[in-house]
Amino acid sequence: MHLLTTSLDKLLSVIEAVGGFVAILAFLFWVAGKVRGRFEKPLANVLLLGPAVILLLIGLVIPAIRTIFLSFRGQYAIGPNVKYVGFANYKWAFTDPHTLHTLLRTAEWLVIVPVVSTVMGMIFSILVDRMRFQVIAKSLIFMPTAISFVGASLIWQYVYQYRSPGLPQIGLLSEVVMKLGWSHPPNWLLSSPLNTFLLMVILVWIETGFAMVILGAAIRSVPDDVIEAARVDGAKGWRLFRSVQLPMISTTVTVVLITIMTATLKIFDIVYTITGGDFKTDTLSNEMYTQIFESFNTGRGSALAVILFMAVVPLVTVSIFRLRRERYA
Amino acid sequence: MSVDEAVVVAAEGAPDPAGVHAGVQRKPVKTHQGLATLVIVVMSILWALPVLGFFITSLRSKAAADDTGWWTVFVHPSLTFSNYINVLFHGGANIQGGGLFPYAMNSLAIAIPATIIPIIVASMAAYSLSWVRFKSADTVYFIIFGLQVVPLQMSLVPLLQLYSHGAHIGGFPIFPNLNLHGSIAEVWISHTMFSMPLAVFLLYNFIAQLPNELIEAARVDGAGYLYIYRRVVMPLSLPAIASFAIFQFLWVWNDLLIGLTFSAKSASAQPITVQLQQLSGTFGSHLDLLTAGGFVTIIIPMIVFFSLQRYFVRGLLAGSVKG
Repeated sequence: MHLLTTSLDKLLSVIEAVGGFVAILAFLFWVAGKVRGRFEKPLANVLLLGPAVILLLIGLVIPAIRTIFLSFRGQYAIGPNVKYVGFANYKWAFTDPHTLHTLLRTAEWLVIVPVVSTVMGMIFSILVDRMRFQVIAKSLIFMPTAISFVGASLIWQYVYQYRSPGLPQIGLLSEVVMKLGWSHPPNWLLSSPLNTFLLMVILVWIETGFAMVILGAAIRSVPDDVIEAARVDGAKGWRLFRSVQLPMISTTVTVVLITIMTATLKIFDIVYTITGGDFKTDTLSNEMYTQIFESFNTGRGSALAVILFMAVVPLVTVSIFRLRRERYA
Repeated sequence: MSVDEAVVVAAEGAPDPAGVHAGVQRKPVKTHQGLATLVIVVMSILWALPVLGFFITSLRSKAAADDTGWWTVFVHPSLTFSNYINVLFHGGANIQGGGLFPYAMNSLAIAIPATIIPIIVASMAAYSLSWVRFKSADTVYFIIFGLQVVPLQMSLVPLLQLYSHGAHIGGFPIFPNLNLHGSIAEVWISHTMFSMPLAVFLLYNFIAQLPNELIEAARVDGAGYLYIYRRVVMPLSLPAIASFAIFQFLWVWNDLLIGLTFSAKSASAQPITVQLQQLSGTFGSHLDLLTAGGFVTIIIPMIVFFSLQRYFVRGLLAGSVKG
């Protein structure tokens, strides 16, 4: 009974929130709808654009600027004990051995996951194109895209589960390698540097389907007569792909790579759920969370957030310019 | 419609409200076909196997799951549904309160407003920037578009502080303390704010391409700007809205970081992912609860995904290919 009433309460609060918002908006629209003449257009613009601008200012612009300021403050960046430390937090990030390794490990993620996912997605999208039952294969490979990172982490944590070799195994990976003759497999998630690569596998598992779908669409959009012309000229197989199809979809490849890179850079859930950053698996986003919410060092955490931001900027900028050039070329 | 056709539709770019394009006919290529099929079959199985094992374990008794691998179920079949009842309504292990069901409700109570409200706000903004227009509309659009580079990690601390203390300049309150700290509203409002750049961008791409004649005709007939938004722009934008809605719903439902940050202190506002993450600390000793709970969180996005695949794929494509 208790369960039922709290659940009803929750749903009621949803209706209140959405209904209230729509009602206020409808009222404002009704009032503003009466206005005609030279004020009609400016008023409409204020009403239409205002909410988005306010949300963006409060939620992103002002906080981001504030975080930049916080990154120049000491541990207690907020409250009565504020101390300005200049670039000390940044110096710490690039000199402290643990944090430096975390940054280098993040760079490893940033190179390996996007490249492997994109290459595998590309291979799948080409192979699957020639196959019967391709809908099933595509759905299976694309499915992880819909699963939460937490869900995916649990699924793979189970695959990597370790039991001492004498006992019946419950982790799929141990079982398979032992059947193949490796009698004493390591405790997968505790052995560095292997564990970092095992965590990367999870993200590759998620992102490959995404790469497959986007690249598949791009490959199919190459006009048939271009392919035919190349065939007549004698190009086929690898050469056809390498010198005709690949150049024509290069923008999409770049965008897919960068989209996955951006997601990889922000990766938090997988590391936080499986190892919590222990056993030498820490990454930038997880370390930022740890600094802010577990070590309560807001200054250092903010500096890491700014470093993350600085790393994202060039990625997104390249992607935007690539797209603009193609569009207006 | 399958992923395949949806991709063809989306790849053709322009808004296609009816989604009626037929799939492009391709000539089959004979070379290495057997090998290609083999690779795909093996990879599909590899991709699905972890999920399958997880699902099977969620249907096994605790004793069986703790002692033997899930693959032994094919030799000794014995399945039960009780793990789901336990994890949803009784709890145990690290789950605070009586099971995951209330947290699933929290997730819904967060995801629904965090999907609907961004759609309304962003479509209004996109319409204003593309059709009502004003002198610097293009600049404003470009700034909003550019805000996609700001990772939400940049906002967490200041926003958290704003929720719990309000904002002051020199002791003078300029933003009230809303007493939101630790409530569901805090989580969905945060999601709404973070979604804005992408939402405005995606919907602008679509709304700006609506046929000029329709909107002009309505203007000539004497319709006001706001009337046109409700009666012309909103209904015509439904395909784009559907794509974004699915995308946003899955994103919010699957989120961990925002849920963790803004509801960490009060379990009554936590989404299911946060509880599940805490449950993972007991891995090994509560496999039965963990797998069943995990599957509960997976099943909702799966249903959304498989039933609305075409819109989902179109949303993905709009976000990354069509810039």
